[in-house]
Amino acid sequence: MIAGVSTEFIPPGPQSFETPPIFSGVEWFTKPVLVAMLSVIVIVWFFYGASRKAAIVPSKLQFAGELGYNFVRNSIARDAIGSREYMKYVPYLCGLFFFILFNNVAATIPLIQFPTFSHIGWAYVAAIMSWVIYNAVGIKKHGAWGYFKHQTMPAGVPLWLMPLMIPIEFISNILVRPVSLSLRLFANMFAGHILLLVFVLGGEYMILHSGSIAIGGVGIITLLMALAIAGLELFVQCIQAYIFVVLTAQYIGSAIADDH
Amino acid sequence: MLTKLLPLTEAAAEETPSPLMPHTAEIIFGFVFLILLAFAFSKFVSPKFEKAYADRTAAIEGGMNEAKRAQAEAKAALDKYNAQLAEARQEAAKIREDAREQGALIIAEMREQANTEAERIVTHARTQIDAERAQAVASLRSEVGTMATTLAGRIVGESLEDEARQRRTVERFLADLESSESARQAVGTDG
Repeated sequence: MIAGVSTEFIPPGPQSFETPPIFSGVEWFTKPVLVAMLSVIVIVWFFYGASRKAAIVPSKLQFAGELGYNFVRNSIARDAIGSREYMKYVPYLCGLFFFILFNNVAATIPLIQFPTFSHIGWAYVAAIMSWVIYNAVGIKKHGAWGYFKHQTMPAGVPLWLMPLMIPIEFISNILVRPVSLSLRLFANMFAGHILLLVFVLGGEYMILHSGSIAIGGVGIITLLMALAIAGLELFVQCIQAYIFVVLTAQYIGSAIADDH
Repeated sequence: MLTKLLPLTEAAAEETPSPLMPHTAEIIFGFVFLILLAFAFSKFVSPKFEKAYADRTAAIEGGMNEAKRAQAEAKAALDKYNAQLAEARQEAAKIREDAREQGALIIAEMREQANTEAERIVTHARTQIDAERAQAVASLRSEVGTMATTLAGRIVGESLEDEARQRRTVERFLADLESSESARQAVGTDG
């Protein structure tokens, strides 16, 4: 690529996300599994500690726990589902939110620096869980036929449009939702990580292997850019966790909504 | 980690599976972890926090009720005092009115009493004067009678010579009368 280089530059790609087993022989125990495990331990430990001695006048730890819990409870669950039925879904939404948040932000935490959800399996799981839950509570509330009608026949649409509306609504409300949920999260994490890799590896390559001071200088600028991108990524990581949970709550809310 | 990925060759890149293909282990762990977290939140975190919220609400409501009760109490006390004050004021006015009436009554009574007393005194004086006059008239009458008799005797005794004599006689008599009167009076004052 560049004249006078000794090693060829291999651009980061899907192969950058291959995670070998941490212990040879234990095939399933890879980095994302370890990080996810860690996230579960940290989340449970933190919230258990914060809520164990929950009192009227909160301690500092309880206050911090309440801050996180209240954010999901009030700003996400109650706003999207409505104050009548939201309490049932708060534990799942809380678990989902902090699980995604921790695993996303893990991509920025030094020494971890790997977004769990860039392995699409995790995103599929979260989306399928949300999909099962909102459909199940919808069917439980309206009955199978009633729920089908509720999701596919919007009120106020003339009858002759129904042949068009029903497939569109069915595809968008039942089929596409889990796909869009999982792909949005996965793609953001995947792309963000690749972007960061390109800047970091490219900058490193330019500094170490170009043999030219000018290109080395560009490499330094590139590494500085990588810092800025890491900041942007931190923002994206938080936003994606929020979006996933807000959409889940909204799907639940629309599934159990009374017919308009 | 990043450096570890560097020495990948084209061969490795070829056999890289599509990033859209999930790993079985991750699917299983994903479900396990999410259910575990939801369970932990529903079993431990949510009930404790919700209880704290409920307690907090109850404490605030209790405090508010307490404040409301105290306020009502204070208002009742104020109303009571105001009522008492109004009552006292009314009573004072009534007492003042009563006193005024009573005073007027007393004055009227006194006036009446004085009037009757004055009347009584006047009547008394009048009767006394009448009696004294009657007495004086009676004594005068008897005196005038005797004097007339004496005068008549003298007039007759002097024989009616002439008018000048007669007049003199009368004048003498009157002078006598006067002197005797003054002598009697002098005797009266001496005696």
